[in-house]
Amino acid sequence: MPWLALPVGLTLAMAAGLANAQPTPDEMWKMIQKQQQQIEMLRQRLEGTNKKVEATATAVEKAGTGGGAPGWWQRTSLGGYGELHYNGGDADELDYHRFVLFFGHQFNDRLRLFSELELEHALAKDTSDGSGPGEVELEQAWLEYDVTDRMSARAGLSLIPVGILNETHEPPTFYGVERNRVESNIIPTTWWEGGAGLAYKFDNGLRLDAQVHGGLDVPTTGSNAFKVRNGRQKVAKSTLRDPAYTGRVRYTGIAGVELASTLQYQADMTQGDPGDPRTNALLWEAHVDMKRAISDRATLGLRALYARWDLGGSAAAATGRDEQYGWYVEPSVRFKTGHGDVGFFARYSQDDNTAGDNTDSDFREISVGMNYWVHPNAVLKFDYQFQTPPDGQGTTRDNRANLGLGYQF
Amino acid sequence: MRMTALFPVLVAVLLVGAARADQVFQPPQSFLRQAFAGTVPDPAVVWLTGERMDAAARILGHRPHMLRVRYWGRSHRTAWILEEIGKERPITTGVVIDGGRIERVAVLVYRESIGWEVRYAFFTDQFENVRLTDDLRLNKAVDGISGATLSVRAVTNVARLALYLDGQTPHGQ
Repeated sequence: MPWLALPVGLTLAMAAGLANAQPTPDEMWKMIQKQQQQIEMLRQRLEGTNKKVEATATAVEKAGTGGGAPGWWQRTSLGGYGELHYNGGDADELDYHRFVLFFGHQFNDRLRLFSELELEHALAKDTSDGSGPGEVELEQAWLEYDVTDRMSARAGLSLIPVGILNETHEPPTFYGVERNRVESNIIPTTWWEGGAGLAYKFDNGLRLDAQVHGGLDVPTTGSNAFKVRNGRQKVAKSTLRDPAYTGRVRYTGIAGVELASTLQYQADMTQGDPGDPRTNALLWEAHVDMKRAISDRATLGLRALYARWDLGGSAAAATGRDEQYGWYVEPSVRFKTGHGDVGFFARYSQDDNTAGDNTDSDFREISVGMNYWVHPNAVLKFDYQFQTPPDGQGTTRDNRANLGLGYQF
Repeated sequence: MRMTALFPVLVAVLLVGAARADQVFQPPQSFLRQAFAGTVPDPAVVWLTGERMDAAARILGHRPHMLRVRYWGRSHRTAWILEEIGKERPITTGVVIDGGRIERVAVLVYRESIGWEVRYAFFTDQFENVRLTDDLRLNKAVDGISGATLSVRAVTNVARLALYLDGQTPHGQ
């Protein structure tokens, strides 16, 4: 029908024209207002989402730290160390030498507890002759109280402030599988007593410790007469008629360096036991412990220690044990690798529990070895000991290799 | 027995003085004013997500408990106040970084009875001008303090973390 072509054509043209028409200013203004509303709505939603994210992060962080007031578990700490040893030479022995647990508790901002329970040699048996291999020992149980910012007081059963190893002997902190002879036989590490004391810290890195505590009670007859290590009572129903007085000055005011010296006096190291001769005793000990970085991956170490006992009275002099001394020097080097740290050491030591007589009774030893710290708190150890015992003293040479595994946490 | 005479002396000593077991060596606000010459900028936040959380865990030796770390920054300078446990309690440490190098490390609050020597300049001065290497270590060795190994480790790791996070902010890039 040709007469339809014109109106259809006109209608199509109008529709096409309408489709391409620009919005009017009114229409544009309405579109802008709608978009503005949508932007505002999105902005509020984003603000709300950000607040939820912040609140979630706060809740997660609080959950990680326990939140709220600290419960007892947040004021109580658990730690420990342990060491497995293989001793070669004449010993041929595998021994879990020490398994130790520390418990600490912070009662309030000023008062805290330190304690240490130890099992030695893996098995403690209650036998009639005391012949079991191991021991269960309480090595620390003391309270510390902050009197001021600089002064603290302590009381209880604690380690005597003397030597390098006596207070710090976790396996990753020293070289050699066993503790060195000088500190074991002369100090005598590990040495703890019941008593009380004060500590004062100066601004320059100097610290003073003064303690009064239970004393040694040495045997006065037999092969161990007047030997200091045999006088440790371990606060186990100890006899206390004559306390001991210990003072130490310690300086750590130079990075990587510790200098310290201890003096101890005891009026009678036989504790006035009936029939025992009164024997006063004076201990003097001094040491240096240095660790200095020589590059970003290597640290040089040096430990040197001297300790000496002087015992009074003729009874100790008669055994030659009126003078007992020892010293050692131990250089070392430690390297950071991509898989833990490796360290090498050498130690020369000399000790004598019978230095008061005229015979040469020095026990000399050279140890060399290495530590491999798989982690700063876990270590594998190896050392070899070259021994030179004194002649004619009944001690035979026992050069030996030792292996050890140790940890602390 | 002679020891009993000491008891009243000990009690007298304990009654003396007013102890503050949390030792505040420098309040955080004072540290920030010192870092920014008196005008402290508004704090910003770095989120520890993805790669940043992994890097922080490598530096500290454990996953950090916080998801966000607050810092203050202006131009090429940032300041951080971070906490990390020494032996048992947190040490609050301030670190100022300028141009990717440490300008200053300061122990602000110390809460333990041992290892306190880390607060002294002979230890913290060692961190001046130190940068972070590509494997997240300090480019200079820091000597420790005998008997304060854990505190030394905590402060050193905080310095490393601050250097790393500085590089994650607009001020460090």
